[in-house]
Formats: sequence, C-alpha cells, structure tokens
Amino acid sequence: MRSYLRLLPFAFASCVFTSGLSLANEGPTDAKGKVVLPAAVSALPIEQAVLTSPPHVPPPIERKHAARVVINLEVTEVVAKLSDGVEYTFWTYGGTVPGSFIRIREGDVVEFHLNNHPSSKLPHNIDLHAVNGSGGGASSTFTAPGHSSQFTFQALNPGLFVYHCATAPVPMHIGNGMYGLILVEPKEGLPVVDKEYYVMQGEFYTTGKYGEEGLQSFDMAKAIDERPPYIVFNGAVGSLVGDKALQAKVGETVRIFFGVGGPNVTSSFHIIGEIFDRVYPEAGLGLPNAHVQTTLVPSGGATMVEFKVDVPGTFILVDHSLTRAFNKGALGMLKVEGPEDRVIYSGKEIDAVYLGAQAQAGSDSAKRETELKAKIAAQIKTNPAIAELTKEMRIEKGQQVYMGLCFACHMGDGKGLPGAFPPLAGSDYMLADRDRSIRIVLKGLVGPVTVNGKKFDSAMPPQEAVLTDAQIADVLTYVYNTWGNTGDAFTSTQVKALRNAPH
Amino acid sequence: MTATLPRTLRALALCLLLAGSAALGVPLPTDGTNRPSALHEIVIPAGTYVPLQRSLKDAPQIPVAAFLLADRPITNAEFLAFVTAQPAWRRSRVSPLFADASYLGHWIDDLTPGPNAPLDAPVVRVSWFAARAYARSLSQRLPTTAEWELAAAAGYTRPDGKNDPDLQRDLYAWLARPVPAILPSVTTPRPNLYGVRGLHGLVWEWVDDFNTALVTGESRADAGLDRDLFCGAGAIGAKEMTDYAAFMRQALRSSLQANNTTTSLGFRCARDLSPSAPPAP
Repeated sequence: MRSYLRLLPFAFASCVFTSGLSLANEGPTDAKGKVVLPAAVSALPIEQAVLTSPPHVPPPIERKHAARVVINLEVTEVVAKLSDGVEYTFWTYGGTVPGSFIRIREGDVVEFHLNNHPSSKLPHNIDLHAVNGSGGGASSTFTAPGHSSQFTFQALNPGLFVYHCATAPVPMHIGNGMYGLILVEPKEGLPVVDKEYYVMQGEFYTTGKYGEEGLQSFDMAKAIDERPPYIVFNGAVGSLVGDKALQAKVGETVRIFFGVGGPNVTSSFHIIGEIFDRVYPEAGLGLPNAHVQTTLVPSGGATMVEFKVDVPGTFILVDHSLTRAFNKGALGMLKVEGPEDRVIYSGKEIDAVYLGAQAQAGSDSAKRETELKAKIAAQIKTNPAIAELTKEMRIEKGQQVYMGLCFACHMGDGKGLPGAFPPLAGSDYMLADRDRSIRIVLKGLVGPVTVNGKKFDSAMPPQEAVLTDAQIADVLTYVYNTWGNTGDAFTSTQVKALRNAPH
Repeated sequence: MTATLPRTLRALALCLLLAGSAALGVPLPTDGTNRPSALHEIVIPAGTYVPLQRSLKDAPQIPVAAFLLADRPITNAEFLAFVTAQPAWRRSRVSPLFADASYLGHWIDDLTPGPNAPLDAPVVRVSWFAARAYARSLSQRLPTTAEWELAAAAGYTRPDGKNDPDLQRDLYAWLARPVPAILPSVTTPRPNLYGVRGLHGLVWEWVDDFNTALVTGESRADAGLDRDLFCGAGAIGAKEMTDYAAFMRQALRSSLQANNTTTSLGFRCARDLSPSAPPAP
C-alpha cells in the first residue's frame, strides 16, 4: 500500500508534464525536459553525426566552427561469432564490438540519443569519458528496453575517449562488449595522415575454455577472478586477420585509434616490426612521445599512435603480454604493400653453417676454455656412462690403437701378409663372429684358420694385459668400419663381459 | 509447434483449456474474477531478505512473513480472459498513463494473442498498472521485492540457490541469450525447491514495489547515499557484490516507469497467508 501511495504523485506529475506534449514521451524516470539553448548555441548549424563500424573511422572534420551534432546510437543484444565455432551474445552499441566510432569537434554541442532496442533484455546507459557531467551521461541515459533517452553535452576537452555502458553489474555490461571510442578533434584538427583505423581490445569471460564450441555464457566467477579465456581485438578472434587485416601502402602514414574496453585487463600495445613514430600517451593531446616500441593502455583508456610504413610486409598487432596474443586471441594484422627497400630491411641475405666462436690464442677466455676441456676430459675418463662414446669417436681412437699395435702384422691397408698374417679387410672369418673377434684380441689365437678360402697357421699374442676394455672396443670398431668393412660400434661393456667370462 | 496454429485453432485451444479446467473441478469464473486454471499457489515459508543495496536508514534485513505465491507467471490465455472481462485494459482502450505504446504490442488485436503470443506462454509487454489490476481482479496482489527475492533465492534442490550450480548455470545461460521472438510455455522451467517455476530463466517479473529499487524522490533527497548504480559506483552500499543476476534485476526494476512494458517483462500473483484467505487447493 505504501508503495502505491508513493506512486500516485508520480502518476499525476507525469500527467502534468506530458499534457500538451506527445504521450509517446515515456522515457525513464526523472526526465527534466529539453535544455533551453542560448541563442548563440541555437544558431549553430545542426548536423547528424556519421558513425562507422570498426575498424573504420569517420573522415576528419573539415569545418572550422562548432556545430550542434545529433548522435543516434542504438543498443542491441546480438548473437555473433567470438571465434571459429564459438558464439556469444554481445551487448552492443550499433551492432558491433567495439561500438560505432563517433567523431566530433571540440566545442560542439551534442544532442545524444540512446535507443535501447525493444528486443533487449536489459536496461542500458552510456558513460562517455568525453563528457563533463554526472556519470559521463550515464545518469541521463538509463534506458529500459524499447525506450530512448536524450541528453545534451558540450565537448569541452579534445582527445580520444572511451565510452561504455555503466549499468550494474557494469563488469558484465562491458564484458559483453558495451564499449567504443569517441574522438573530440581539437579545434586546429589532428595532423593529416593517409590512413586511420579503429581498434579496441577487450576480454570475454566465457563459461567454456578458449576455443570450446557453441554459444557461450558469461562466467561471473571468471570475471570476478579476472581470468578471461579470451582477450581480443575488435570483439572476436581473427577480426583483423587475413582479408580483414588493416591495409596500407609503403610510404603512407597510419594512425590507429586504439582503446581498451576491458573491463579489467590493460594492454601493452605493440606492432611487431614497426616503431610508433608518435604516441599520444593515454590519448592526451600534449606533445606526443617519439619512437615508441610498446605503449601501455589502461582499461577504460585509449591512445593514438602514428607511424610511417617504410617497407612492405605483414605487421602483427599484439598485446605484448604475450600469452594474451598467443593463447587468448589478442592478434591483428596490418598488411603493407609496395616496393622493397633492402637498405632499410634486406630480408634474409645468407643462410650458412655456424661452427661456434673461436677464442683468440693466449687470451683469458682461451685459457679458461683449455681448463674446462681438461676438466671435462677428466670427468669423462672417470665416468663410465660418458665413456660410452659414439662410434665415430671410437673409430678415431681405434685407429690410434691399430697403428700402434696391429699395424705391424695386419698392415695399414688391413690386407695382412699373404701366407703369414690373415687380412682384416673383408675378412669372412672376422665378420662372421663379433664375440670371437673380441676373444681373439683378449686371449690371442694360435693355430690354423681359414680366411677368405686361404689357410693361415701362425700366432697372435693376447692383448688383455695391454689394452683396456675401451681400447679393445675402439680398435675393433675401427677394423669393423674401415677398408670397406661395416658394423656396429663395440662397447666396453661387451668387452668386459668376455674378459671375465670363463674360457 | 503451437505457434504455427491458425487463429481459429488457437481460440479453440483456449476454449478447451477453460473447459478442461472445469472438467478437473476447478470452478470457472462466475463471480467476476478470473482465477487462472491449472495454476497453483505455493506457500513460501517465512524468511529474511537482505537488500542488495541500502541506505543507513534501511534495515539490514527485512523479515518476510510466509505468503502464497503463484507457481508460475500469468499466461497470455489468463490475461486474455482478464482483458475480455475488463475492456478498460484492452490495448486499444488503455490510458497511456497506465500503459505505454508497446502494451501487448505482440498481440494481433485486443482479444487475439495470435502466433507471437502462445496461450501457454507468459504474458509480457504489460505495465505495472495492468499487472496490478489483474491481481486485484482476483483479490490478489503482486509480490513485494522482498517476497519475490526470498522465493527466488531457492535453488532447484536446496534453499540456497546461489550455491546451486545447476540453477546458476541455467540463470546465466538465460541471461546470455536474446529474448526469443516467441516465448516458451510457462511449464517449461524447472521448478525450484518450493515447486515454483520460472522465477529465473523465463521472463523478468514486476514486483509491487519495483520503484523503490533505485531512484526515488526520497533517496535523491538523502544526501548520505547516492543510489545511482552507475559504473563502479554501483557497488557502493551493496552488501553482496557477486550476485550479478540480482544487480541486473535491480537495474531493470529501477529503469522502469509504472506504465512501461518490455518484451521480456511479465508478472505473477501473490497473496497474504492468513486465516481469512486460505490457500487454494
């Protein structure tokens, strides 16, 4: 009953205010009626603002005077692609994420209409950071589904500003895509450039993990914990990739209006292979910073970057907090066409084998290298695991053993001496039995043998007291891999096993 | 499927619906009221409601007496019976003070809901004034915010719906989808612990005191608390910041005027639980 009484005066008030006016005026509560503009403002020319969808930007403002600008921005809740196979219900200004780009001039008096589509589930409003006034317009534009709000503001400060929905719970409204940029051009205009683009970063808190297919819901717990599966440019993974990439020609100067909608995550904005000639930090219009690699853009903030593209190629836009680029979607492309300039950037000139650096003899580093090598050699000697050397090294070491010991009888070419010492090169007897070869080296061999069809009857002395297991493995690996012989490497372990075997 | 039925079949269906309720022993309206058929009133036990936001003058907790709540929202069929009996609430006759230009805008005409408003779907595009008049015609009323929120706090299988993962999933899935062109039947939502359907996941619902949610003359005069729910300031004075759905309900209520209608806003009825008004069978 109490609430009913409270409503009655309201109903009567409504009656009074609407008498004589169109009864279609059913705007949200506390509408104050249209502002009475002073004659000087009323006299200004009226124009309708041109709004563009990302990544496009309305053309620069030519006029040199203020105007009364009418802006109509429609709020719609739409299902669209967030990534391949992934859909999301975006809440949008103008049907896109980010919302329509608005371009006005310093001093303009703006009549702003926020139209909430009848199919919307929720009330929405707009907080334009370009506005000086309560809520940045939010308190004047709180609009139920199927309603329209109007308010007026004057653009006092030039610069690039974020706008966003500020209805509770605001992280969800922004998290569903309700943000965009409004540029208030300074009276003197911005420096002339060849291309202007509009890019905004924002994150999405989906119930499913990155790439999980289907229509995804907003995940409140992930939003509160600031754990977004998606951090993207212009509202979707791949929105600026392939044939949707930004375009420029060699020699052109590009300006990017870059903003961060958030709701939570800041951006380390960077373009791979391109240095920003000028950055207007936080989109302030004081003196720009020159020659910047990466610029930090706060959530609910923006920046303007300008750069001349000197060489052709594909330049990648990233949030240089790189898991966001690599794993969450924060990637875009700028494709630059035109002639190469190989002095500025040659491309790959040479691909060659690199053998490692060699220190100058006698230098401190050379001494250290020698010491280190000795240390390593000592460790290898004492470490049987390391001592299991590769075949090539065994062949090399085995050759030294052979030349010191076996060479005298079996000869340098491995052919032995006919009638006296049997050949090793192509020896059917030797190659037939690897273990027998190890035993012969260890224990020696006395008596007749037939090698390659020829009989030999002489004696070979045992080497087990002369050669280590490793040396025997080395020399056998050598003779089994020289003069046309081929075979696996012998190992110390194999030799050791037979050395200790009962005979 | 029902949406594709021609108008004549639809009218027939309504007749059958009313006849069916008679067959089930529920008396058809004879006393000028339009008690809906196949709608049950559920006893919601007494409890307390903690307002989402409050000024220092407000009590931290509002005690809520046990009351009776309809187990589902009012349907197009029921609202059709109401406007049939009370011509002042027909679309062509209603005063703009009491219902805005989109009132019942998806109906074909005054007395024909048509294919976009299936008879068993919740009625939407109704103003607070109209919803209230409907309830009064049945000697009922709209639930208060405290009552509605108390009943809606229950999960499917537990009293604390906030910790019911199934309910939370369904609730946020519903929030993530645009309003369908044709709403589903009121019987489709899963009943909660009390047996009440559709408090979450079907349509928004009017409450009797919706206009106390945010901006009122009183609260603006109260310099100690700015109740504007804008941006981060929305959390000022809030006790529970993690129930986004509750914030959305509050935002919606506070965006409305009593003559407003939207495509996703309906209502249900409630009654005091007292010896003079025993629960319906």
